[in-house]
Amino acid sequence: MAEVQAGLRQPLILGNKKPVDVSNDICEIIERKPTGLWWAAFLASLTMLIVGTVAVIYQMRVGIGTWGLNRTVGWAFDITNFVFWIGIGHAGTLISAILFLFRQKWRTSVNRAAEAMTLFAVMCAGIFPLIHMGRPWLFYWILPYPNFRGPLWVNFRSPLAWDFFAISTYFTISFLFWYLGLMPDLATIRDRATGLRKKIMGFFSFGWDGSSRTWSRFEVVYLLLAGLATPLVLSVHTIVSMDFATAIIPGWHTTIFPPYFVAGAIFSGFAMVLTLMLIARKVMHLEDYFTVRHVDAMCKIIIVTGSIVGLAYLTEFFTAAYSGNGYEQFVFFNRAAGPFAWAYWTMVTCNVISPQLLWFKKIRTNLVLVFLLSIVVNIGMWFERFVIIVTSLHRDFLPSSWADYTPSIIEILTLIGSFGLFLTLFLLFCRFLPVIAVSEVKGILSTGKPRAERPAFAEHPEADEEEVEPELAGV
Amino acid sequence: MSRRVFVGIFENEEDILGMAQASRERGLKIIDIFAPYAVHGLDRAAGFKPSRLPIVCFFLGLLGAGLKVWFEFWTTAVSWPINVGGKPWNSWPAFIPITFEVMVLFAGIGTVIAFLIASRLYPGKQAKLAYPGVTDDRFAIFLEEQDATFDVEEVTRLCRHFNATHVEERSEESD
Repeated sequence: MAEVQAGLRQPLILGNKKPVDVSNDICEIIERKPTGLWWAAFLASLTMLIVGTVAVIYQMRVGIGTWGLNRTVGWAFDITNFVFWIGIGHAGTLISAILFLFRQKWRTSVNRAAEAMTLFAVMCAGIFPLIHMGRPWLFYWILPYPNFRGPLWVNFRSPLAWDFFAISTYFTISFLFWYLGLMPDLATIRDRATGLRKKIMGFFSFGWDGSSRTWSRFEVVYLLLAGLATPLVLSVHTIVSMDFATAIIPGWHTTIFPPYFVAGAIFSGFAMVLTLMLIARKVMHLEDYFTVRHVDAMCKIIIVTGSIVGLAYLTEFFTAAYSGNGYEQFVFFNRAAGPFAWAYWTMVTCNVISPQLLWFKKIRTNLVLVFLLSIVVNIGMWFERFVIIVTSLHRDFLPSSWADYTPSIIEILTLIGSFGLFLTLFLLFCRFLPVIAVSEVKGILSTGKPRAERPAFAEHPEADEEEVEPELAGV
Repeated sequence: MSRRVFVGIFENEEDILGMAQASRERGLKIIDIFAPYAVHGLDRAAGFKPSRLPIVCFFLGLLGAGLKVWFEFWTTAVSWPINVGGKPWNSWPAFIPITFEVMVLFAGIGTVIAFLIASRLYPGKQAKLAYPGVTDDRFAIFLEEQDATFDVEEVTRLCRHFNATHVEERSEESD
């Protein structure tokens, strides 16, 4: 029977690992000295971050007149980047919370890195609305605190205020979720390490000692946080979409936006997780942990969400045509055939057509192709937000107000800077924290073990007592 | 007062599960079990009481949502009503998103804090390791040698049956 069971499913973690191997494999990555490749990547990211920081300081000193915006196109590059980064973050929560609720055990190999990615992406996203405020040093005005201006309260009817609450809650809960999962692993590192690392890990592991009473509570808290994070992640992108959908601009004012944005967010997030993990897998030699099977599962999610996004594009066109509203019809005609048609068709090619290649198993299991496709999806999803924002605005109701938009160099440098921040943080994370959830992976190892290795108890839990008791009693 | 503690060390998830269940069925008092990862069903096998954290989570969420609804109503309809696009002072459908977010925030942060308090975990706490390797690949069961009925030999044999790699007796200060 053992052979039959083993043959049914390929194990999630290859290489016939024991728990001790998992600790060794993952902890050694952070215990050894960084490689030359890591330094090269880190310095490149840091350079991008510095360039971006300089650009941000410049636009804060001079004002957001340094952007390519005009009276007609009041939102463009900056909000595109904001929605893009927020979307990237969603895959982390999907993997850590939703797949947890669905008991998808393969998530354990990716959840730690994906959650870290979520945190960093939300940080990047947060920067853009902050700069967009024009006077970022007064950002705290969005908090409803008793002030000397009345007290004048925040407008709770505005989606922009909802957005602030949604994103700060999302960041907080994602951080708690990530840190909670990290505690046992920090304890594992602490107990292997000596010197400074032991002290630091000792501080941050909160005195974790592996007591099963703590583990039992830990599992409950993990489940509760997953239950809270699941509707939270859906609400965050819903609210982001409402920033647009509650406006009366044709092209924005549609009820399809919330589900369409959520699907798009998961789509782009999974692409980003694949981009990062496929590099990490090669560089950090995680081939046994992040296997072709994991890539395969993630590609399937990309097909589903990519197809939902494609359906949403079609639905938008149908609704515009069917509505009989001239402005609505013009916006969509203009998207596909107007001055930004190149951006629109880039979006369609990258988001709708290219992911369909993943239907083929040959392509799903070819990691180089998957890597390239994941980058294509990332580009496509950036363009999606650009198209939604700019093409809906640039042709105003009055033809005399029509305008065009080209990003200024400052805006482009800010985008580069956000990538710099994201990659710098991610590289630091890979260097100092376990990229794979060590304790969670240990928990799923036994599924791959041959049953013969297990003691009698596992074969017949009930029979055990009858077998053993007389023998013991007789002694 | 010090007490005698019997310690068994295991290498396998199934072994510790079996040992926990067998110990409980024999009426042995399990002080604690230490594990490198969350073993499903171990709390049930050892007979630990289910956590009450879901209750904490529920009521904190309710509190957060309640406070937020009241606050939004008070600020927009009582403290300083402002006409926004002709909407009513108490435009409650617009309050739903933030109410939800604050509910999640209260429930999430509150549950994690409750967890840390219940498990007595805090930043900088020095961990006392039950046995080397319990955060790596060893499982340790701690049984209290309550009285004369605790038969060390029999428990040792039970441990051996579940492939224990090591057994020992300790005397430890009870708190």
